[in-house]
This record gives sequence, C-alpha cells and structure tokens, in this order.
Amino acid sequence: MPRVIALTGNHAVAYAVKLAKPDVIAAYPITPQSPIVEKLSEMIESGELKSSMIRVESEHSALAACFGAAVAGARVFTATSSQGLLYMHEVVHWASRARIPMVMALVSRTINTPWNIWPDHSDFVDQRDAGWIMAYAMDNQEAFDLTLQAFKISEDPSVYLPVMIGIEGFILSHTAMPVEILDEKQVEEWLGERKQPYIVDGSEPLGLGGLTPPEDTEDMFYGIQVAMEKSKDTIRRVDREYGKLFGREYGGLVSCYNCSDAKYFAVAMGSWSGDLIEATSKLRDEGYSLGVVRVRFYRPFPHEDLWGTLRGAKGVFVFDRAISFGAWGPIYTDLVAGLLQYTSKLPPVVNVVAGIAGVHVGAEDFYEVLKSLIGQVESGLEHGYFKWVRVRR
Amino acid sequence: MLYEILFYGRGGQGAVTASHILVQAAIYENKYGQGFPFFGAERRGAPVTAYARVSDKPILRRGVFSRADFIVVFDHRLIQLGFLKKIQVKSNGALVLNASSNVDIKRDLVNAEGRVHVYVVDATRIAKDLGLTVAGWPLVNTAMLGALVKALPVVSLESTEKAILEYFGPRAGKVNSEAAIRAYKELEYVGEV
Repeated sequence: MPRVIALTGNHAVAYAVKLAKPDVIAAYPITPQSPIVEKLSEMIESGELKSSMIRVESEHSALAACFGAAVAGARVFTATSSQGLLYMHEVVHWASRARIPMVMALVSRTINTPWNIWPDHSDFVDQRDAGWIMAYAMDNQEAFDLTLQAFKISEDPSVYLPVMIGIEGFILSHTAMPVEILDEKQVEEWLGERKQPYIVDGSEPLGLGGLTPPEDTEDMFYGIQVAMEKSKDTIRRVDREYGKLFGREYGGLVSCYNCSDAKYFAVAMGSWSGDLIEATSKLRDEGYSLGVVRVRFYRPFPHEDLWGTLRGAKGVFVFDRAISFGAWGPIYTDLVAGLLQYTSKLPPVVNVVAGIAGVHVGAEDFYEVLKSLIGQVESGLEHGYFKWVRVRR
Repeated sequence: MLYEILFYGRGGQGAVTASHILVQAAIYENKYGQGFPFFGAERRGAPVTAYARVSDKPILRRGVFSRADFIVVFDHRLIQLGFLKKIQVKSNGALVLNASSNVDIKRDLVNAEGRVHVYVVDATRIAKDLGLTVAGWPLVNTAMLGALVKALPVVSLESTEKAILEYFGPRAGKVNSEAAIRAYKELEYVGEV
C-alpha cells in the first residue's frame, strides 16, 4: 500500500531506487550525496534490497563499475555530487555514447574551489553535452517520482540513454518533507524487466568501443540526437502513465503554474521554483499577470513546450542557478535559441543569474526582482539583458 | 497557517531529529512540513540549528529563515552565548527553554519583534530520569518536542507520540514518547520578555 512518510530528498531517492530493484549499485561517498547510498547499503544489509553494492576507490570507478555491469545486462544505479561527478565525467560520456541505460542521482553542490558544500546547478549543467537525459526535481516527492520514471525512460527501446536526476544538496537532500512511497508490486508491474539494446556476456562475439571510422561514428552520434528527440514523447507518455497509476502527473518536460492567461513568465529549474511560485502568487494577488514555467527536463531541451507556453508573452524572465562564465545562464541561452526556432520577434527575455554557490534566494527576493522587471517592460524595455543578482543579507 | 520553528541545541542533542519527527507528526494530521539542519558541517557539542515549517497547505518556500514563530532551546546556556540574537522572534512568538523554572531571561538577549512569551521545562532532568543518555549526554529532543506542542499546538501530543514511535521503533520509541508526555505535562509558562 502507498504510504506518506517524512523523508529527506536523499532518502526519497533511495526509496525509489529500492523499488526499481537495481542489480548493481556502485558509488563513492561525497557530501551531500552520501546518505543515498548509505540508506541503500542499510537496505541491502537488512535483506530488503537484493542488489550488489560494489565498493570502489573513486567516482570514476563507481561509474565504470556501473557501466560494466550494465553492459553485461544489469540494472544499475549510482549517485554523486560536484567534484565526484567531475571526476567520473569521462565515463559519463562512455555510458551515453554506448547507449547503455542507467540512472544516476546528482545531489548538486557548488564546484570547487574554494571548498563549498552548498548547492547551485553548476555540476549539473556541466554535463550538458554528454548525451544523458537530464531532469531536475522541485521537491522530495518529485525526486522520488523522477527517479522511478528515470529507469522507465532510460530503458525505453526508443530511447536507450542514461538518465541523470538532479536535486539540490541540503535544500532537498537534507530536508524532510512528506513523500508518498508506492506499492512494490504495482511498481514492479509497471517498470517491468531490464531492457537494453545489446548485452555483452560472452554468449556471442560483440565488440564495444573499437576503432570506428569517422562516418560510422558520426552515424552513431546522430542516433543519440534522434533518440533525444524521440525521448520527449517517451517522457510525456511515462509522466501520463505514472499519473494514471500513481496519481501524480507533472506536465511532461515542463510544469506550468498560472500560465493560461499570463502576460509575463518566469522560468526556473529546481527547488527554488517553489519560492518563485510563492512570489508570483503574491504578485498575482496584487494584479500582476504572471505565470511560472518550471523546466523539469534540461536535456532534451523542451523548446516545443516553452514555445507553446511563452508565445505571445510580453516579457520572459529566466532565472539561472548556474553561470557559463563569459556568457550567460545556461537555461537562458537554450531558451532564446529554442524560441528563435519559431519566431524572429522575441519579447524582452531577461536573464537573472542568482543563488550561485548556495546563496539563499527566497520568495521575498523573487518578489522584488520580478516586480522590478515587469516595471521595466511596462516602461518600455524593448530587449533582453543579463544580470547577476547577488543577494546579501 | 504557516509556522516556522527553530531548534537550538548542541551537536548530538537531536535537534535535527526533532525537526524530522515534527514533520512526520504533521503528516498524520494531513498537514505539511519541512525539517532540516542548518546547511553546513556540524560537530558534536558545537551549537547547532535545526529548522521546521508546518502548514495546512503545501509549503513552497525552502531553505533557512531568519525570523521564527517559536524558538526551542535545548541548552539554555546558548542564550548567554548570544545565539538567540541571530534569529528574530516574530511578534507574539515564544521561546521554549530547557531550563529550571527560575531561569532569568533578559530581553536584550532576545531579538524580539514584539512580545515574546517564555516557557520552560527541565528536559535534562526528564531525560536523565528516563535513562535517555548517550555517552553521558542527556537526549532532550523528544522531551522538547512534547514541550513545544504544548506551547504551540501545531500538532497534537498523540501525533507527536506516534511519530516518535515511527522514528525510533517500539523500544526506544516508548521511552522517548514518555519523555514527550512528561515534558508536555510539566511545561511552565514563565511570562513575557
């Protein structure tokens, strides 16, 4: 029977992984991720979870172990943060370019140096071009739901790509919230058996990763692009299926709040979207026509969904919790490029970068910034611009 | 309604656990909650902070807050160290202190927006009486939870007991819920500062 319990974001991920019944888990501890694999280890020790936990000496080896096991037919899971993810980055590409389904939880933490354990999205967006499907949760329930859905999406024959689920460290990872845990049998029936494009288990000769001429290699990578495009339908279908079965549907690649009649839109990803929604509700009460579009999937980038919602907007305000030094926030860049697939006339699209290095940005901050931005457009602002807002208390 | 509650203690006294149990108790009453530590590296014995929010609606705001409705202090000596000044107590908010009833709280040690009510309970004695100690440290968190829900009925004592049992399991749960019940009964209202 489903039941609601208080779970941290880390434990919500662990409980979802338990229901997905991976054959192999390999990970290396790092703050703030460690409680995910600690909880999974406890589950294995108590016999609740029948997985092999491979202990490794580094994150590079953790993902390499997962990759090897997955190539041989195993459902696998790993989790990491920040420097750990950077250290495994080489193998991140191996998994996607070999089209091996797997799931990784990323508990975001600012990239060093200086030493910083607080969250921004720098580690997540750093994997942008690796060929993984990348999603980010807003709360612990969504972290649970997305983790389960990640296995389904990853192993869909029209996709066959690894999936990364992001949550912010501490803000979600160490915060207890109500989370509904699903029924084991129901999940098992829905998720089904492990599926993957090929298995290397010695039963037939198969070469993986051999020297491949440019044209053939390009064809393989073109296949990843095609799969990314196809995965959008899979993501939407899985979201609907899950909604029917378990009662929570999120809107596919993006979630919209108060969008239907809005003139202005704020766009964001991750846990601070909650604060953003609270701020926009207050502004709505004061007569501002404002909606929120929350990016759930960053890769594939949901340009169709964004255009569907943002067409006709008077102003769009994109909040990025990461910075591409020397350019802008990563969501902003993609959003502008995405919208230009449909129109040559954009309204002012403003980029606000904030919350970098874990600086707290709350509903009150969003309220002030949005009020000012709408005021600027109403007074004749004609084009977008970039601003790094450094909140100080 | 949205209540923001801060727990001040020392690393090892169970402030974070208290915040998690409060969320579980809120769930039993179809309410919503968040419970979390100060985001950082904590050490046993050092002053630590845990945060909780309880509401009858889903809680969208996240992260730490600098104003609280209630502050629960596990070790009243932290007040003398000036820790209470870091967080503002909202008008008509309260302090729930682990202290004996003759404790004297000076207003200049409190960052008060307006009136602040003071409650005390001797949670250290309750914990010691019940044998709730680890390495000589009295574990006062469940007693302080009982005291909190008496002063601020954000959840019932019954839901608190149930959440304690869920968290600790039957054996440790029983003695911890006893601590909550005793503190609930023994809580004293001292007055305003």
